[in-house]
Amino acid sequence: MRTFFALIRRDVTLGIRASGGAALSAAFFALIVVLAPLGLGPDMATLKSASPGLFWIAALLATLLGLERIVQPDVEDGTLDLMRLSPLPLEFVALAKIIAHWLTSGLIITLLAPVLAPLLNLSLDAVPVLALSLLVGTPALSAIGAAAAALGASVQRGGMVLALLALPLNIPFLIFGSTAVAQAQTNTDPTQALTLLGACSLIAVVVGSIAAATSMRLNDD
Amino acid sequence: MPVLAYANPERFARLARSLTPWFLGSAIGLLLTGLFLGLFMAPPDYQQGDAARIMYVHVPAAWMSMFVYGCMALASAAAFIWKHPLADVAAKASAPVGCIFTALALITGMLWGKPMWGAWWVWDARLTSVLILFFMYLGYIVLWSAIEDPARAARAARILALVGAINIPIIKFSVDWWNTLHQGATVFRTDGPSITSSMLIPLLVMAVAYNVLYAALLLIRMRAEIAERRLRSIRLGLEFEPK
Repeated sequence: MRTFFALIRRDVTLGIRASGGAALSAAFFALIVVLAPLGLGPDMATLKSASPGLFWIAALLATLLGLERIVQPDVEDGTLDLMRLSPLPLEFVALAKIIAHWLTSGLIITLLAPVLAPLLNLSLDAVPVLALSLLVGTPALSAIGAAAAALGASVQRGGMVLALLALPLNIPFLIFGSTAVAQAQTNTDPTQALTLLGACSLIAVVVGSIAAATSMRLNDD
Repeated sequence: MPVLAYANPERFARLARSLTPWFLGSAIGLLLTGLFLGLFMAPPDYQQGDAARIMYVHVPAAWMSMFVYGCMALASAAAFIWKHPLADVAAKASAPVGCIFTALALITGMLWGKPMWGAWWVWDARLTSVLILFFMYLGYIVLWSAIEDPARAARAARILALVGAINIPIIKFSVDWWNTLHQGATVFRTDGPSITSSMLIPLLVMAVAYNVLYAALLLIRMRAEIAERRLRSIRLGLEFEPK
């Protein structure tokens, strides 16, 4: 257990200090939210109806950003071999990496989104649901992303490959997440969408950890 | 001779070579028969007229798009469990074929959608999930080509195919929940098909034709892949030979 927490602490530290880390994905998220009105036009009604989807698309893209640094550097400098020698099962190493990535991307996005909500004219009632949906859904984005990152770790500059592998699998979260927010905005009960989001998220965290661990094992020849 | 004997790539390639003309020939025969039945013999739809005939190309292609992914996932699972190189070869050879079937289903669906729904594309659940399936095929193909070492690429591709197979039901379900406009199932129903037999028969002939075509293409592609691997190992061997 101590190894597990040490790993999380290490990856979070790396994530905060490395360029292209937590700050960048937060800035990228904010940037998409700011750019959207410039593309869609300043009409408040349009922005209001588009905002749930925009926030979730921004979250999907922003969580892609830090993925390349969660497995690839460890493969390159041999740290992964040491992790494999440790008594901690590789599935838990993967889970620690997923948690660390979430702490430096999903959590920050979750905290940032309510602040940015007025920019897209999201109604005030929907703001708690937006934060809740991101809180429940973004761990899954990190988990699926970690699996994709572990798969792409042997690909040089695999950023685009990673996006192509992860994004189709992220679609359920985009659907359930944005629907929940949209329902809250139109005063319908978002519980169903939120619980489905939570269920899919739990599945993704389990499947993602196992898949990431299996992919990390394939890097030895 | 037991089936497992054909797990030897050499023996498999020999068997595949002798089977290919039979499969290819019957695929072409069945395709021509199915198209003739569908385009000339089957009655026009009472509502949609002759436009409904695109169904004989569209529906089996959509079936194949899912069937081929299923085969790919099964082959990947077999490769995962028994570590047999031929299973990887089968999965790799299936992907482009399935991708083309998916593209065919999407394109014919769009051609039909324009006169019938009045739009080339609508964000309906089934269209969307087939489109996502198309992207998943693309990701799988890209992963194979992105990793240079075939043994490592094979291991990565297995995992992707299996994760994809777990996710497909979730994606399908989420998209269904999101929006539905496409008509429901008419053939695979518990109370029997709700489609008249003069239309069902050409449809089934086409479905069999597509399956046989898939088998033929699979055999050809697998043989090409085996030859390519042998070529690669010969080339690598030559490089290490003392000059």
